[in-house]
Amino acid sequence: MRLPETFRAAFVIARRDFTATVFSKTFLFFLLGPLFPLLLGVGMVGIGAQVDRNAKAPPVAVISSTEDFELLEAARERLSPLTSTEPLIELRYEAPEEDVAAQRNRLLSDNERPVFGVLDGGLSAPHLTGAVTRGGRTARQIGLFIDEARQIEVRPTVSGPPLRLTATTSTSGLEAFTRSMTARVGQTLLFVLTILLAGMLLSQLIEEKSSKVIEVLAAAVPVDAIFLGKLFAMLGMSLVGIGVWAMLGATVLNLLREGGLATLATPAVGWPAFLILVLVYFSMSYLLIGATFLGIGAQASTVREVQTLSMPVTMGQVVLFGFAAVGVGRPMSTEAIAAAIFPLSSPFAMIARAAEHSALWPHLLALLWQGLWVALILKMASAVFRRSVLKSGKSGRRWWQRKTA
Amino acid sequence: MGERAIAAEARDLTKDFDGKMAVDGVSLSVPEGSITGILGPNGAGKTTSIRMLLGIIDPTSGSRTLLGHDRPLEVARQVGYLPEERGLYPSMPAAEAIAFMGALRGLPIREGRRRALQLLKDAGHEDWAKKPIRTLSKGMAQTVQLLGTIIHEPRLIVLDEPFAGLDALNQQKLEQLIRDQSAAGVTVIFSTHVIAHAERLCERIAIIAEGRAVFEGDVDEARGKLRPIVHLRTRSESGPWQSAFPPSAKKVAGEWRFELPESGPEPLLKALIDGGAGIETLSIERPGLHDAFIAIAGEAAAREMGHVPAPEEAA
Repeated sequence: MRLPETFRAAFVIARRDFTATVFSKTFLFFLLGPLFPLLLGVGMVGIGAQVDRNAKAPPVAVISSTEDFELLEAARERLSPLTSTEPLIELRYEAPEEDVAAQRNRLLSDNERPVFGVLDGGLSAPHLTGAVTRGGRTARQIGLFIDEARQIEVRPTVSGPPLRLTATTSTSGLEAFTRSMTARVGQTLLFVLTILLAGMLLSQLIEEKSSKVIEVLAAAVPVDAIFLGKLFAMLGMSLVGIGVWAMLGATVLNLLREGGLATLATPAVGWPAFLILVLVYFSMSYLLIGATFLGIGAQASTVREVQTLSMPVTMGQVVLFGFAAVGVGRPMSTEAIAAAIFPLSSPFAMIARAAEHSALWPHLLALLWQGLWVALILKMASAVFRRSVLKSGKSGRRWWQRKTA
Repeated sequence: MGERAIAAEARDLTKDFDGKMAVDGVSLSVPEGSITGILGPNGAGKTTSIRMLLGIIDPTSGSRTLLGHDRPLEVARQVGYLPEERGLYPSMPAAEAIAFMGALRGLPIREGRRRALQLLKDAGHEDWAKKPIRTLSKGMAQTVQLLGTIIHEPRLIVLDEPFAGLDALNQQKLEQLIRDQSAAGVTVIFSTHVIAHAERLCERIAIIAEGRAVFEGDVDEARGKLRPIVHLRTRSESGPWQSAFPPSAKKVAGEWRFELPESGPEPLLKALIDGGAGIETLSIERPGLHDAFIAIAGEAAAREMGHVPAPEEAA
């Protein structure tokens, strides 16, 4: 069959799949899809904060003079901005009794007002007793509080001008940081979308196989055309989705953040080129992974078989994503270059490079390289698809069912 | 067959699925403009043979030619196919489904939509046009798929078990549609396990049993495999006239039944008259396709198709 006929038939199938999907109610759910992880994320953060508030560790009792305790509290207050990643130990004042050793033991075993540990000896001879270890969070923080309290005690006020601030729009460090953030976001977006859509493609194929439409198609057009049609229909649909999400994202950003889109860190290649590259690399990544998934889908006849087969491929993709992510922030490192050369991780690695490096020629090279692999993988996956989809070819036995000679 | 061109031809097609021979040497020749039936019980290899003939699957060995091409898909635009397991997109409106099937076969989508509406109108089902397939009954969906099979005005139509799932009225309509298509010069191949349809419609038949083509030829040729059956009632109980009967002759409920001897009816009649048998009734019945099928495919195949009761049922 001539090539144009294959493309014509692929277009007929792609048009049907595209319109059937985009004009269906389920497409709305697809468009709303990214909202769910966002809402889930916001919800989890809220729950986490609530849990954090409710699950504060018991305080450390401080048996000391009120002066020493005030110095320790002041030290704790001053250190609090530096320990945002872990909750600060709470301190509770206890007036010293005659027998401090007995008081300490009583406090440590008091179930009504539990304490994590007891600090006594004041700032001159501090002694921490409790469920603590050297280098552990409690011991470390209490040590810092004591050092800081001693500084305050020696130099309660320091004369001199306050810190003068000069705000600049950008620094090289900030730029490198924000660009690496853009690179990571771009990579993650590409990865999640590709996996999501390749999975959807697979489900659609299984549905079609079970509804027997595939035989009607296979009798009328080359199997290659069915393969290409389905692949490109889903690509078209996902590009519509990306377009909608991008517009919504930009609108929300403009509404919620002063300065809107202009406040985002500009990728190294600039926004227009970056957005084009996102679309192109997404297409490449999707075609590479989608073709692999379709080849697998043709081997399977039930959803369970698909799950069994696609799981190792998905895990492989996660590994590739991790491989590409290693090079973020170090675009000239061996890992980043290796990830850019390996075809399946190349789109992820290159989108990160676009965010961090301004040269455009490596993208031209990478796209030619990826295009070559897309053609190769499409050809191979299409052959597998053709041989398996209707038990055509020399044998209908699936590869994992074949006995070794 | 005369001088008619061959629309479809299969030569020694075999298909091996997982070491099991689903089709084992099927040969078939379908003249252009004919109606050809492929008969056989379920699992005989009819569908696999059709799939190989149409190029949906490749044969393990053997070759096929469709409308003069070795690669059947090259002439897909001139072929209409109704698979045994009907496949339509459930959410697609009926008219759109018909147009889509035309588009697959090269018909421009706009022309397809126009023809789809016309076909539905001609069939008296104009109101189905916008109804999604999932809202139609099985028989209605089958009609929609059938219309999709002919929308692009193919030269060859292949129907796999087209009568299955249709009520008597729709079966009659389908028979008429097949006749109309044939009258318009379209070659029709259909598989069935209901011999009556083949007998009413077909010019040629192929009988497939256990993956093998056990007969391929004209319906008359198939019938010719059996001798005509003589049904005779005589006033005389016995006599020398009985020597004209073949050894297989049986008397059932007062009536003699036996195959007409190869010498023909005259020597038999002479023996009956000369021997004083006293003929009450005599009829010579040409065997039907049903009897020919049993004789060719064997009782086991016929039993699978429900044309001969199982021994225990018969008992």
